[in-house]
Amino acid sequence: MKKAFAIVSLTAAFAAASHGGAVTLTFACDSVGQGYDECQKGANAWAKQTGNTVKLVQVPKETDQRLALYQQQLGARSGDVDVYMIDVVWPGLIGQHLLDLKKYIPQAEINQHFPAIVQNNTVGGKLVGMPFFTDAGVLYYRTDLLKKYGYAGPPKTWNELATMAQKIQAGERKSNPKFVGYVFQGKNYEGLTCDALEWISSFGGGTIVDSSGKITVNNPKAVEALRTIQGLVGPVSPQAVTTYGEEEARNVWQAGNSAFMRNWPYAYSLAQDPGSPIKGKVGVAALPAGPGGKPAATLGGWQLAVNAYSKSPKEAASLVQYLTSAQEQKRRAIEASYNPTIASLYKDQAVLKAVPFFGSLYSVFTNAVARPATVTGGKYNQVSDAFSTAVYSVLTGKSAPGPALKGLEGQLSRIKGRGW
Amino acid sequence: MTTTPTSSRPAVRRTRGLQASRTRVALLLLVPMLLVLAAVAGYPLLRTIYLSFTEYNILQDPAPKWIGLGNYWFTTDEGVGLGVLQTPEWWQSVWNTVRFTLGSVLLETVLGLAFALIINSKIRGRGLLRTAILVPWAIPTVVSAQMWNWMYNDSFGIISQWGQKLGFLHTGESFLSNPDTAMAALVAVDVWKTTPFMALLLLAGLQTIPSDMYEAADVDGASPWTQFWRLTLPLLMPALLVALIFRTLDALRVFDMPYIVKGNAPETITMSIYARQELILNSQFGFGSAISVMIFLIIMVFTAIYVTSLRVRFD
Repeated sequence: MKKAFAIVSLTAAFAAASHGGAVTLTFACDSVGQGYDECQKGANAWAKQTGNTVKLVQVPKETDQRLALYQQQLGARSGDVDVYMIDVVWPGLIGQHLLDLKKYIPQAEINQHFPAIVQNNTVGGKLVGMPFFTDAGVLYYRTDLLKKYGYAGPPKTWNELATMAQKIQAGERKSNPKFVGYVFQGKNYEGLTCDALEWISSFGGGTIVDSSGKITVNNPKAVEALRTIQGLVGPVSPQAVTTYGEEEARNVWQAGNSAFMRNWPYAYSLAQDPGSPIKGKVGVAALPAGPGGKPAATLGGWQLAVNAYSKSPKEAASLVQYLTSAQEQKRRAIEASYNPTIASLYKDQAVLKAVPFFGSLYSVFTNAVARPATVTGGKYNQVSDAFSTAVYSVLTGKSAPGPALKGLEGQLSRIKGRGW
Repeated sequence: MTTTPTSSRPAVRRTRGLQASRTRVALLLLVPMLLVLAAVAGYPLLRTIYLSFTEYNILQDPAPKWIGLGNYWFTTDEGVGLGVLQTPEWWQSVWNTVRFTLGSVLLETVLGLAFALIINSKIRGRGLLRTAILVPWAIPTVVSAQMWNWMYNDSFGIISQWGQKLGFLHTGESFLSNPDTAMAALVAVDVWKTTPFMALLLLAGLQTIPSDMYEAADVDGASPWTQFWRLTLPLLMPALLVALIFRTLDALRVFDMPYIVKGNAPETITMSIYARQELILNSQFGFGSAISVMIFLIIMVFTAIYVTSLRVRFD
């Protein structure tokens, strides 16, 4: 009897509380690096300010896995999660299930962000996501090792990288048998699509599918690019790089077992952490270029979006507005090296002191190459999956670059079917 | 004399009536169960078959669009084959699954039989042994798969360290990263995990064989080898066949372990992983359903072959 009474009164209390304006939002944010903790800090600050509660959910580490989960929830029109952090290539895939944020966030605030990203997040006139942080692939290098082996600066071309990595690897292996030259994301998933787009684009081989929808990936420059990278696997990159995602690569590099790494900016503050073995020996540069090409970085980045089926859209939009504000982006840039999406923050002295390469690589971040997500729309995932699988079979030596790209061309036209 | 037949007639009618009403009651009692079964097993199956004849992207399309057999076989005007049966990735996944099934079931059967025979013999500490071999089976697949994934890791995994020390692998290489050994590496995980299950089923079979038959064989002077081939194996056959069917069907449907350890890498992608890829990641419910139906058909054919050619009796 007492128990029943307690339950009834508790329920009543909860009901009253939810009518009283305070809501509990569910937030699917990040899990790579210190992503979860940083999201938690931001969300807590908003919750304290507004009197609401934010429940953070644990999400899968890899972007494909997250997408699979979110697609199921949104396809079922579930309102379980109020705010999603979405990848830069998702607006075309899941945009119709997301709220138009223009109705909630003042235009002046939207205009602060990089126009290209705002454009990317606009689907059919609807702003489905607010830019949270932007990303571009960068080359990490060990400043101490470059000096030790007599190099003045980071490599400018892929061949230079190969030579330098080989020399450093040969020298370091004498004292550290685990040492490798170069690590990147070689596992068959979205991360490999990003890395491979950088290689091909830096050789002048285009962007898989061009902006008019034509499949362009089967070209001599792309073949050349894949041949060059295939040549790295084994001699300077561990064979097992084909099992690495972002975090696997970072683990090898941060343990001091690699000279070079391709990764996103988030890895910087982790490598400079007080407990990190390579603290103070970390350099960041633009990725190398192919012969006659120029360096290319794949545009990454994450947006905050509100589920169209959310029961508290107003509060959810308010959380998004808070987390994407200049103040919160500045905090995240300083504490965890997340790239802001607001141009003025790249001139902020406090930000530049914490993450010096934000200033020197500004043009890399603003000129990053986009994956063909807009033109392929709802079929982007299939395109990316086919592309990364083809590249993967080149990296594992199962397929030569030429035949792999020819096969990919056929497969992409199958996916294209009657049109994108 | 004359009363007997007349009195028995109503009695017969009464029992018939009783039987009929019993049948009615039984049916009535069965109805909820049948309804539940239809809802949880029949409906999804029929819907999957229905969806396999439609084009349906769960995120983009408002409703499934009927396209007949298009998901199975469809050639566009430009000569591009779009059906499952025209897709090389599908056949790749079928081939991988077949290799995985053959390798793992064969090894598990041989090892499981060996374990079962050892545990069944009167050796000291066999109770402990029986418990010990069950440990791998008791660990959830997700956990053991991740555990093996780490053991295979090229920089800190114990298996790769051994492989590199013994010269099978180069630095930075692992059995998983080499496409030629990746499948064998996955089979090893499955054998480690599922041999106990096989051993347990076979042990149950062994224990039904009466011990006096062996005593008689001993008296007749049959060697242990002859006893095994002439006595144990034939009598174990029913249990062995049931175990084989269980394992084969499980292996053909395998998803979790290879997915966790190797993701959707082309050299190890199984039919179920491919189905998930299309259904969940690409949201292609029509095409993905067609793949699921194909898996269903393949498994059905295997079951039919097993049951008819080996004359398995389930009673």
